[in-house]
Amino acid sequence: MAAPGVATRYAVRAVNVGVYYGSNKVIEGVTMDMPENEITAIIGPSGAGKSTLLRCINRLNDLIEIFRMEGKIWFGDFDLYAPQSDPTQIRYRIGMVFQRPNPFPKSIYDNIAFGPRINGFKGNMDDLVEQSLQGAALWDEVKDRLKDSALSLSGGQQQRLCIARALAVEPSVILMDEPCSALDPIATLAIEELMQELKKTYSIVIVTHNMQQAGRVSDKTAFLMPDENRVAHLIEFGDTRTLFTNPSDERTEAYITGRFG
Amino acid sequence: MAAGIDPSYQRNLARRKRNASIFYAVCVGAVMIALVMLVALLYSVLSEAFAWLNLDGTSIRTLLTDIPSSKAVNSGLFPAIVGTLWVMGICIFVSFTVGVSAAIYLEEYSGGSRLAQLIQTNIQNLAAVPSIVYGILGLSIFVAFFVLVAPGNDGKNVSAAGLTLALLIMPVVIVSSQEAIRAVPPSIREGGFALGGTRWQVIWRLVLPQAMPGILTGIILAVSRAMGEAAPLVIMGALSFVPFAPASPLDRFTVLPIQIYVWISKPQEEFHYLAAAGIVVLLIMLLGMNAFAIFLRNRLQKDLRG
Repeated sequence: MAAPGVATRYAVRAVNVGVYYGSNKVIEGVTMDMPENEITAIIGPSGAGKSTLLRCINRLNDLIEIFRMEGKIWFGDFDLYAPQSDPTQIRYRIGMVFQRPNPFPKSIYDNIAFGPRINGFKGNMDDLVEQSLQGAALWDEVKDRLKDSALSLSGGQQQRLCIARALAVEPSVILMDEPCSALDPIATLAIEELMQELKKTYSIVIVTHNMQQAGRVSDKTAFLMPDENRVAHLIEFGDTRTLFTNPSDERTEAYITGRFG
Repeated sequence: MAAGIDPSYQRNLARRKRNASIFYAVCVGAVMIALVMLVALLYSVLSEAFAWLNLDGTSIRTLLTDIPSSKAVNSGLFPAIVGTLWVMGICIFVSFTVGVSAAIYLEEYSGGSRLAQLIQTNIQNLAAVPSIVYGILGLSIFVAFFVLVAPGNDGKNVSAAGLTLALLIMPVVIVSSQEAIRAVPPSIREGGFALGGTRWQVIWRLVLPQAMPGILTGIILAVSRAMGEAAPLVIMGALSFVPFAPASPLDRFTVLPIQIYVWISKPQEEFHYLAAAGIVVLLIMLLGMNAFAIFLRNRLQKDLRG
């Protein structure tokens, strides 16, 4: 959180974002500011467009032919959807961790080195790999078996490998799409602790369907909900503590107290 | 039996179990028919071939290193073996590069457009076109092409044959490569894009390595078929006496299936035994090539799994 008197700096700002798949509107009018070096959680019931909104930030939705977005997303003072913006370059600056661990069928070392290699990294790769694995709290577990296949790791280790892989390209923002949904509680705890470390260096946006998790890890929380036409709206956005203890919208209160969703 | 079970249930269960046994027997029977046919074929070919080699026939050395002759005992397959290697080399190179590239376009770039769907349907239809039709195509396009660009060449050369066979197996190569590419999980592609990879980097470094074992399997099957083809090459005018082994892509040639066909159609009985020996040579080359491809595929798979 920003110290008093210091203006909060924002990593990503969404302004009036609407999303269409073909002629189907799925998200409408989302405006929210995601502060630097904080964790912003996006919560909401299934079908609330949480992942879709997250994937707008690194333009991964561009891979879907019928996707169309209106409104603006600012990355610092850079307009992500300006005609001259390049999605490849954006994804180099904004990393992502997926719902299911998706290590490449390569060695642990090559998984980490993949991003730097394709982006033309010229420095010492061994150092970068070690540093990235350290950053994802995985180094001690794998340092003696870097040449082993990444698929030989456990699910929780694979997800931390995917985090390390994202760190290796040195992004400034990390997007996490339900990173713990395929993991057991112990592996989940390890990732949550890791996130507290990571936010010192990176800004994090995490989608989660687990409200307890949002409450535990995040500084800001956004609550999305679909209306009767299945168009998702941002119902409430604010400090996590305020949103969970004193929500201003009755739908938020109903959701966080478990009355639906 | 436990109390309370209806006797009609018992009868019903017995009938269902009987049906299951019948289905099992039919399946095993189907496998056996295929197996028996294969063994019978191998037995008849091998026994004739070995009878020829063991008696006063051609020695193995003559068979492998000499040119065909009007006397069966002096006849060899050397030009046909080298011709087959040339033609298959060109065929594999062209069908692999063009076929896999086409599969990449259809799966990764076309985005399922109308045009791509049209191409897709046509490729599937082409797979069903008889091989002799490809011979006519080869004659009217490739042979004519080489006559045009290489004055003095009659166009019936290893390149024209390799290209014709490549065209023949192209649909199979494309469709099986597409399937292998489609089997690579989308999450792998997303992972690559999310790290700032271009489409080409994602395809070249992630999709293709993972699809390669599947692609190779398709190529093995297709090339095995091409290796045994005689009809399209006969149409192209390859059915002639060739007393030398081709040494350049523009040389005339013969291939094993054609040489076997020539020998089998001769009236003298010893040539029929010679043809059997030729078939064994063809089978051994086929098996050797398949074994190499399978070795390559297993190694790639092991690299992926680590």
